[in-house]
Order: sequence, then structure tokens, then C-alpha cells
Amino acid sequence: MSEPVLQVEGLRKAFGGVIAVDTVSFEVAAGRLFAIIGPNGAGKSTCFNMVGGQLLPDAGRVQLAGQDITGLPPRRIWRLGVGRTFQVAATFTAMTVVENVQMAFISHRRRLRALLPTARKLYRAEAMAVLERVGMADQAERQCGLLAYGDIKRVELAIALAHEPRLLLMDEPTAGMAPKERIALMALTADIVRERGISVLFTEHDMDVVFAHADTLLVLDRGRTVATGTPDAVRDNPEVQRIYLGGSGVEAAQRAMEARA
Amino acid sequence: MLRRHLLIAGAALLAAGTAIAPSVTPAQAQESVKVGELFSYARMAAFADPYRKGWQLAVEEINASGGVLGGKTLEIVSRDDGGTTADAVRVADELVTNEGVEFLFGTFFSNVGLAVGDYAKQRRVLFIAAEPLTDALTMAQGNRYTFRMRPNTYMQTKMLVEAGRESGAKTWAIVAPNYEYGQSAAANFKALLAEMDPEAEVVVEQYPALGKIDAGATTQAILGANPDGIFNATFAGDQAKLVREGQLRGLFEGRTVLSLLTGEPEYLAPMGAETPEGWIVTGYPWEQIDTPEHLAFVEAYQAKYDDFPRLASLLGYSIPYVIKEMLDKAGSTDTEAMVDALKGLEVETPTGPVTMRAIDHQATMGAWVGRLTVEDGQGKMVDWYYADGADFAHTPEAVKAVRPAE
Amino acid sequence: MDPAFFFIQFLSGLASASNLFLIACGLTIIFGVTRIVNFAHGSFYMLGAYLAYTLTAQLMPILGDVVGFWLAIPLAAAAVGLLAVLMELLLLRRIYHSHELFQLLATFGVVLIVQDLVQTVWGPEELFGPRAPGFTSFVVIFGFRFPEYQLVLIAAGPLVLGAIWLLFNRTRWGNLVRAATQDREMVGALGVNQARLFTGVLFLGGFLAGLAGALQLPVEPANPFMDVNIIAEAFVVTVIGGMGNVLGAFLAALIIAQLQAFGILVFPQITLVLPFLVMALVLVVRPWGLLGKPETTTSHGFAGDRPLRPLGRTQQLLIAGTVAILLLLPLVLGEYGQKLALEVFVYALLAFSLNFIMGAGGMVSFGHAAYFGLGGYGAALLVHHLGFGMEIALLAAPLFAGLGALLFGWFVVRLSGVYFAMLTLAFAQIVWSTAFQWVELTGGDNGMIGIWPSDWASDRTVYYYLSLLVCGAAIAFLWRASHAPFGYTLRAGRDSTLRADAIGIDLKRHQWLAFALAGTCAGVAGSVFVFSKGNIDPGSLAIPTSVDALVMVLLGGIQTLTGPLVGGAVFHLLEAQILPLTDYWRALLGAAILVLVIAFPMGIAGFLRDKLLPDDDRGDDQREAAARGAAEKGRAEAPT
Repeated sequence: MSEPVLQVEGLRKAFGGVIAVDTVSFEVAAGRLFAIIGPNGAGKSTCFNMVGGQLLPDAGRVQLAGQDITGLPPRRIWRLGVGRTFQVAATFTAMTVVENVQMAFISHRRRLRALLPTARKLYRAEAMAVLERVGMADQAERQCGLLAYGDIKRVELAIALAHEPRLLLMDEPTAGMAPKERIALMALTADIVRERGISVLFTEHDMDVVFAHADTLLVLDRGRTVATGTPDAVRDNPEVQRIYLGGSGVEAAQRAMEARA
Repeated sequence: MLRRHLLIAGAALLAAGTAIAPSVTPAQAQESVKVGELFSYARMAAFADPYRKGWQLAVEEINASGGVLGGKTLEIVSRDDGGTTADAVRVADELVTNEGVEFLFGTFFSNVGLAVGDYAKQRRVLFIAAEPLTDALTMAQGNRYTFRMRPNTYMQTKMLVEAGRESGAKTWAIVAPNYEYGQSAAANFKALLAEMDPEAEVVVEQYPALGKIDAGATTQAILGANPDGIFNATFAGDQAKLVREGQLRGLFEGRTVLSLLTGEPEYLAPMGAETPEGWIVTGYPWEQIDTPEHLAFVEAYQAKYDDFPRLASLLGYSIPYVIKEMLDKAGSTDTEAMVDALKGLEVETPTGPVTMRAIDHQATMGAWVGRLTVEDGQGKMVDWYYADGADFAHTPEAVKAVRPAE
Repeated sequence: MDPAFFFIQFLSGLASASNLFLIACGLTIIFGVTRIVNFAHGSFYMLGAYLAYTLTAQLMPILGDVVGFWLAIPLAAAAVGLLAVLMELLLLRRIYHSHELFQLLATFGVVLIVQDLVQTVWGPEELFGPRAPGFTSFVVIFGFRFPEYQLVLIAAGPLVLGAIWLLFNRTRWGNLVRAATQDREMVGALGVNQARLFTGVLFLGGFLAGLAGALQLPVEPANPFMDVNIIAEAFVVTVIGGMGNVLGAFLAALIIAQLQAFGILVFPQITLVLPFLVMALVLVVRPWGLLGKPETTTSHGFAGDRPLRPLGRTQQLLIAGTVAILLLLPLVLGEYGQKLALEVFVYALLAFSLNFIMGAGGMVSFGHAAYFGLGGYGAALLVHHLGFGMEIALLAAPLFAGLGALLFGWFVVRLSGVYFAMLTLAFAQIVWSTAFQWVELTGGDNGMIGIWPSDWASDRTVYYYLSLLVCGAAIAFLWRASHAPFGYTLRAGRDSTLRADAIGIDLKRHQWLAFALAGTCAGVAGSVFVFSKGNIDPGSLAIPTSVDALVMVLLGGIQTLTGPLVGGAVFHLLEAQILPLTDYWRALLGAAILVLVIAFPMGIAGFLRDKLLPDDDRGDDQREAAARGAAEKGRAEAPT
């Protein structure tokens, strides 16, 4: 196996007296989908935001392909090839769908401060190609703020894919969507990243989604690592079953694994 | 929804339309001399209203007794100058280029007066400033086309300094609003004081922001320096706060107070029984001046408006008479002829004869200097005398030193 | 010096602090719950003093001095509270769904109307109220006399603070107010009648402002300048304390008043700038005031924002037609008409440059006049002190403004929302007071005169074309920049700071550059303006000029590029038409603003756009949904 794309060591964050993430370490291998799961308040989002640069860790180290990125601002991390989607989709609501993606290209090619060219005409073909891939080409000219939520999520994915990242950070990619849409979006994501060899770190509530697509799982509870490993191993871990999955969770995991097989 | 928008918009337009009824003194059928007038009517209503009543009365009188230039009517086109230089210059331009007035008079604020004066110079239009007090208007930034009616800051300060000579006060406090008028009053005071009594010194200076005096702290700051005398240039609300606070804290006890403008009815009347006794002030004891010209003015004013005249009324009333004399002397409305006529022109006003000094275009209209007292719950000037502006204006040497040659 | 003297000075400071606190606490409560930046708060304060004057005059003869006076004070306060409720019911309630700025604009309209109303009812001269019965004399403290009534004022601040604390912590209504201050949506979700809550809050805020004004009557005569004299300081105190935080307002009032009381002992001239200096320092160090909380929104978009579209055939023809008309206009316009028209160009550019950061960048500046004025002063100084001609001045002065914007911009882009606005205001006031007090350089408040065009351009028509060319070029450049990646990046940051950051945009730096660019273009407007009127004075960079620019943008419509141009033209022509002809121009202007705010919540250009060029994509409910979505998204995006 090649060098891990993302290496997290001893990550720690406290808010006031409450320790949100307590010495968490993990590695995301190239081309793999890595999921962080855990009940509410387990520290998933905090962990995530420390990797993405939105939060500064109290201790620990984040390395991207061997390069230390701990504490870098999100924009720098993005430039190093990390795409990002948010729990609540963040897009440029007053722009069209295609302009949203064009912005990522404009930024990637470092033309943000150009004063004279017409932005709408820049990298349009490239942006359309990405939209085509996520199935949003037919809505390219619509205002992003007016889309259905599931479609906004697809746009976000397209934005995140624009600069051909080696790592995608997806915080609850399917939150707020109907069950059918969730499966579809995650299947789409999985297809794209596998065909392009992109690694993915994601958090997720929906066990169907997690067990259907993740290669490796990390289970957090109250900031601590409970278990880590393949879906099979995690599903069978008695402690995970006790504190987190419960009976119904195990069933869901079982169902998803069968569907995948 | 749309219909409601349109209804509202229509109503607004209607309201605006009816409001834009021009406030032009009705022109008679015969020929008239059209004169532009601008003043900060909305922003300075306390001063502007009596001022307008004054000039309207005079214009009426002049037109009733034969008009100007051998039978022409004097027609005043009056405008609000907005109180800012940006608005005032545009309004002046509208009067000159749109209304085609022969010349301009009016304005309240010093900066507005200077801006309109500069416009007058640029466009070669005559401008008679009414109220602006800044020395600069007739001194460092004076020009051929600009004249001024009121005694300037220097003249009024000089009147007070001389009136305070008797007091023998050696240490002085200055309290003045933090803008050009206050600062130049303070600077004039310091210079004139040093001239009059080289041993006297200013020991404390306070410059509260206009309209925002922190009266307690200011009073205390002056008390801390324990001066023999106080020179005050604050007015209106600031002065009122200073008076109340100062009286309670004993600021004025045993101290000479010289105060600019406080004796003017505009500021004196509202103070009523709280008028600070013993202050030496410049002002206008309208009810006590008994020259025939002045009595006639007061009688006509009260008959027409059922109100007592303020200093602004007197000022406003005097200007049309200056205009009439100027026109009759010039014999036409040619600007250069009018300017030449104004230089050294002598006019009878309720104040007595007033000369428009040729050397700096400053009128010799004076002010009354006296002591304040309270009588029947009203403030009053006593022991007053008329200080003729001619005796207090800048010396020819001073004028030559700073006023640009024509 | 004598320690007793300092103690007395300290007491005097406490008394002014009370007054400042009383007015600021109502303002901060209203803001906390309704998010309305209430310009009319100063008007409430002034009305409190006038009503107290009338009521004391009526009641004291009937009920005796003591009862009459001390009854009149709360009655006046309550009456002002009711007037505030009236404003809420008749005006604010109609525009709660508009952008916050529109509410601000509406309260500004109320200010103008109340100014004329007060003069009509009570006359223009100041009115001395009675001294407070029971507190007409002084006490002796360490050998110094101290007015009894000042002690009453000193006590009033903490008493009101305590009463508000009880109200907020011991009553259900107070709890709701506190909850709403922290999270408005949550209270809505709890099923609380939001409209009624707002009405109540307006009453409380109006009551407190009225109380402050009424209590001021024994100290200061009621006069028609009380509103403008207090409002800026009231905002300063509110912002330093942290918007929405009552205790913060109390602390801020103490700090300002004490610095003022002791500052004048050392620097008597500091009175003009001190509060703004303190505000700037506090905001640079603490971007949300002393006790304020960070704003959680990461989106600063406006309801009704749409994607920029390339100009259609009709629009291109329209623009070409307009340009042709402007080129031919001198043939039909007289000299005055040309002057008016070239002023419209200047204001259109001023508004357009403001909207470049405001509409596209979501950065609402209350101090844009600073850069307009710096451009004007730059030109005037070059001509006046260095003897350069108009040509050099027109080229160099905008850079002067740009440098100012670059300097101040570095600080302001670190802030957002109302705090951003207030820091821009503070810097503008600092520039203003510098121009005002540096008499040797700038001529002080008299300003500089004799700044006329070079001979070849002194003809009115020539200068008309020059203005058209210069302002037109600047507008065209900004228009271009709006459609270029630079403008798009700005819009991206406005729509979502989170997403912008996550695609590699250094937003602060970008906003900084945009701020400087907008400042430079405002400087172009300022330098063209100064040569058109021949003089410059501090009024050009004072608050009213900033407010005018804001009004132009909002009138025209913040969501469209043409909006500020239309707004600048309409506002200036309206003002130029009605101002000179009536003493009541302020009330008329105020009424016009209210009509426009209610009838055209998207601004004039926004209204026309929605009527004439409907987006087939969107119905009304969809648009609202989009606006709601944007607002919710903004909150949810906050880091958790």
C-alpha cells in the first residue's frame, strides 16, 4: 500500500472545560473512503473542522501526503488539493450553478483579482464538464439559491471536485436529504472518487450510507476513539454495538453490507 | 400590490408638487430688479425666521415708497441654502443662471458665506453676506465682489475686551465652541488682551464641541484654574447648560464674564429669569433704544408681525436699504457699477448711519455693549452703549497685510 | 493638582455617563431584538425633552411643583414610548421583511420628519425647562460645590440598569426579550408573537430615550439640535459596549464620559474626535465591542440578489441611448441644468463606488464620505498648497483617497455587519475632525476656496463633458470589475465566507483591495466635485454625506448595478428641487424616503427589474424561500 494521503496524529480540542476531541489518530489511504461515525456530540464535526482548517487544534498534527498542514487556513489547505463539502451546503447562492463551479476554477488558476475579463466566460467548458459528471449540467444556468437541496449538494460536490483534489472532506454529505437521494448522491460520489483515485474522509449519520461505501471506519464517542477498522470489524466490535449501534444499527449495517455484496 | 405602490407614489408626487410653490415675492407688472437671497432657513430657523421678516418688511416699505432705480420694484427670489457649502453654491448658481438675479445676499454659516463669496468672485456676481461672522470673509479671503453686513468676530471681541478693561482681571479663562467662530474669537481675544494689558494671561481654554458641551466637566476645568475673568463664546444650548451648571457651582461669582452675542434677544429671551447677572455682553437691547429711526422700525415690525424684533430682524431689515442706496447710486444693475457704488456707501439704518468700508467691504454696523441683569423674570441689558463698528473694525494696516489686492 | 478636584471631575463624568447610558441602553435593546439600527433614537430623546417641557408647564401649576414635575418626567417618557410604538405599527411592521438597511433608511426618514415637526409645534428657539424641584441647589463636596441634580443623574444610570436587569431576569417578557436578543428564530419557533414582542421592545426603547431626554430638561433647554447632537455618541456607546448588550452600554458610557471629563483637562480640543477615537481603538482590539458576541452569520447577501447577467439587446440600446442623451444634453440644458447634471454624475459615481463594496461585497459602509472628501481635499491641497493645476489634481487626488482607504480598510475588513459599518464611521469621523481642526493645512471648518478648473475647462459645458468623461470612465471601470473575477470573488465572499475560504479565496485581503478600489473611485467623484463648486470643507466628509450616499444606493436598489446610478440621480434631483424652495424640505425628503421604502423595498431599479424583467424561474414565494434559506444557512454555517 502506498503512503497515506492523510495522517492524523493525537488530535485534541477542548471548548472551555469540555474535551470535544481527545487524542484521535487515524490515516486515510490513497483512493479509499474513510468514514468517521459516532453518536451526536461525539466530536465528528470538530475533528473534521480541524482537518479542514476551520478550527485550530489544541494539540496533534495533521499531515497531507507527508506535509504538515496543522493550523493552516482552509484556503491554503484547499490549494494543497483538498476539496470540501459542508454539513449545511455552502454555495454562492446569488450565482448560477455553473458560475459556482467556475469560481473554483478561477481560484485554482489564480485569476481571482483580474479586473477586466468577463468572469462568466472563463473556464466555462471545464465547469460544464464537472457539472455533467454530477448530473447538474441541465440546471447550469439556474440560480444556485433556488435549487432543491439535493441539487445544491451536487453543486457543492462539483465545486469540490473542480481542482482535481487528492482528498475530499465531506461533513455529513447526505444530511437533510431524503433517503433515496442519499443513496444516489453517495453512490455518485463513490463512483467518481474511485474512478479518479480520490481519497475521501466523511462523517455520516446514515448507517446504510456508511456501510455501503466506507472502506475504513473510525468510531468516536465523547471525543475518544472507540474502534477503527473495516466495516466488518467495526460492526462486530462489541463495544461499538453497546454504546453506539444498538440492535437496529447492527441490522442496518447488515443490510447495507449485503446490498454491497 | 402594484396598484398600492402606484397610489402611494402618486400621493408622494402630489405632496411634493404642492410643496414646490415658489416663495417668490410677487412681481409687479412694471419692471423689477430681481435679487437672489439664500439662507439656512430650515437649519437655523430661530435666527432665520426673524431675519426673513426683517428683509420682507423693508422690501415692502421700499416698494411702497417708489421702489428702486426710479420706480422699479425690488423683487427678492428667496431660497434655502441647505446649510452646507455643497448645497449653497448650487443654489447660488441656480439663482444666478436660472433665475437671472442681478446679485445675491444672505447666508448664515461662515463656511457657506466664504463659499458663496468665492463663487461670486469666480462668476463676477455681487454678494452681500448677511450673517457670517468669520474675519476671513473680508480679510484674508476677501474679494472685490463680496461685502458683509454684520460686525465680524474681531470687531465684537474687541468691543468686549475694551468693555472689560475696567475689571482689572489678570488671569482669564476662554470657553468657546470647537469650530472656526469659537477658535477665531479665542485667538482674537488673546491677541487683543495682550495688546491691552501685557500682564494679563489666559490660564485655561475649553473648546466643547458645538451643541455637545459637557457643562459640569467644563465648569470644573475652569474652576480648577481659578481665573479672574472668563471670556465666553458659546451660545444657545451650550451657553444655557454652562450658565445653569456654572451658577450652581459658583463659577461666575466674583469673576468678570465677557460674553459674545449673549445680549441678543435670540439668546437672551429664552433664558428668562436665569439670565446670568453682571455678564458684560454684546447684544441688542431693542426695547430700550429710542432713536426715532429705531422706534419707527420697531413699531412697523410689531405692527406687521405682532412679535418683537431680534437682532436678525434688524440685520435683515437693514440690507434692502443698503441695496436701495447702492442701486440708486450705481444707476444700473451693472455688477461693476454696483460694486463701485457699494464701496464707501453710507446708508441710514435703524442703527444709525452705516458705511460700507471701501478698504475691506465690511459694514460699520456696530453692536450694543452692556451688562446683563434680570428684571421681572426677564433678562435685560443695562448700562449699555452703542459701539460703532467704525471704531472697532480692522485697521487699514491690518487689512493691507492680509487682504488680497483686487 | 488637588485630589478633591479630580474627584469632582470624576463625579461630573459620572453624571454625563448616566445620560449617555440612558439613551444608549434603549438603542441597544431595540437593536438586540429587532436588529434595527434606529437612527430615530435621537429624535425620541429630543421629543422626550420637548414633551417634558410641555408637561411640566401644564402639570406644575395644577399639582404643585414637586408632584407636577416628577409626574411629568415619566409621563413624557411614556408618551415617547407610545410614539415609538406608533412608528413600529405604521412603518417598521411593513418592512420587517426588507433588508435591515431599509429599516435603517426608514428611521432616517423619521428623523427628518421629526426635525421639522418639532420646530412646527414648539418653535425654533430653545425652551428652558424648570429646574428639578427638590434638587435646585448644590451640596459641598471636599470644598467644591456640586449641583444636587447632578447627583440625581448619577443615581439614574445604575437605577435604570438595575430596573432593566430585574425586568429581563424576573419577568417572562424580559426573558423573551433576552432570548430574542440571542436568537430571534428560536423565539419565533417557540410560538411567541414576534410582532407583539417587537412592539413592546420599541415601547421600552422609546421610553428610555424619552426618559433620558426628559431628565435632561433641567440641565439643557429643549432645542431642535438635540437629536443630531446625541445620536452619533449614542451609537458609539452602543457599539463600544457591544450591540444588544445593556451592561456593555453602561461600561462604555462610563469610559467615554470619564475620558471626556479628564481628556479636556489635557487636550481641550479633543472634544470632537474623542468618542470616535475610542470606538476605533475598541473595535480594532475587540471587533464586537467590549461585551458583544460575534455575529454568527457568514452570509451578507441581500434578499432579491440575482446572478449578474450579460446585458441584453434592449439594455444595451437603453445604455447607448442614455449616453447619447447625456452627450447631447448641453444643447438643451442651461448653465444651471448642466451644473445639476454634472453633480448627478458625481453622486452617481459616489453611490456606484459605495455599492461596489456594499452590494457586491456585503460590506455596508457608514463612512464612504471619507474617501469622497479625501479626494476633494487631495485636489484642493494640491492646488492650494502646491500650486498644481486641475489636471494633475484630478489624477493624483483619487490616489490620495485610495491610500486613505487602503490604510483604514486594513482594519475594517476584519469586522463585519454593523461593527464594520461603525468602524468605517469612526474612521470617517477621525478624518473629518482632522480636516476640521488642522486649520493651517485645511482651513478648518471654513474649508478652502478658489479651487476652480483650469482655464480651458472653466467653461460650464466643457467641464460638463469632462465630468461626464471622468465619472463615466470610473463607473464603466467598476462595472467591468463587477463582471470580472474580481467582482465575482467579492460576491462569492458575500454569499458564503465559508465556501469562499474553502475554494482558496483570501477573502479579507480581497475585501481590503475592493475597499481601496471603491475608496479610490469615491475619490474620483470627490475631486471632480471640488472643481465644480470651487471649494471644499469638512461637510464633504461628514456623516450626512455618508448617509446621503447610503440613501442613494438603497433608493436605487442595492441588488442591481444600475440601482445606485438611478438612486444617485433621483435623490440628488429630488433634493435640489425641493431644498431651496421650502423651509420644510427635510420633512418632504423624509416623507419621500418613507414612501420609497414602503413602496419599493427593492429600490427603484430593483422594482423595475422585477416588473419588467421577471426571471421566469421564480415566483414570489420562491424568492422568499430563497431569502429565508440564505438567512438560515448563514446561521447554520457558524463553526460549532
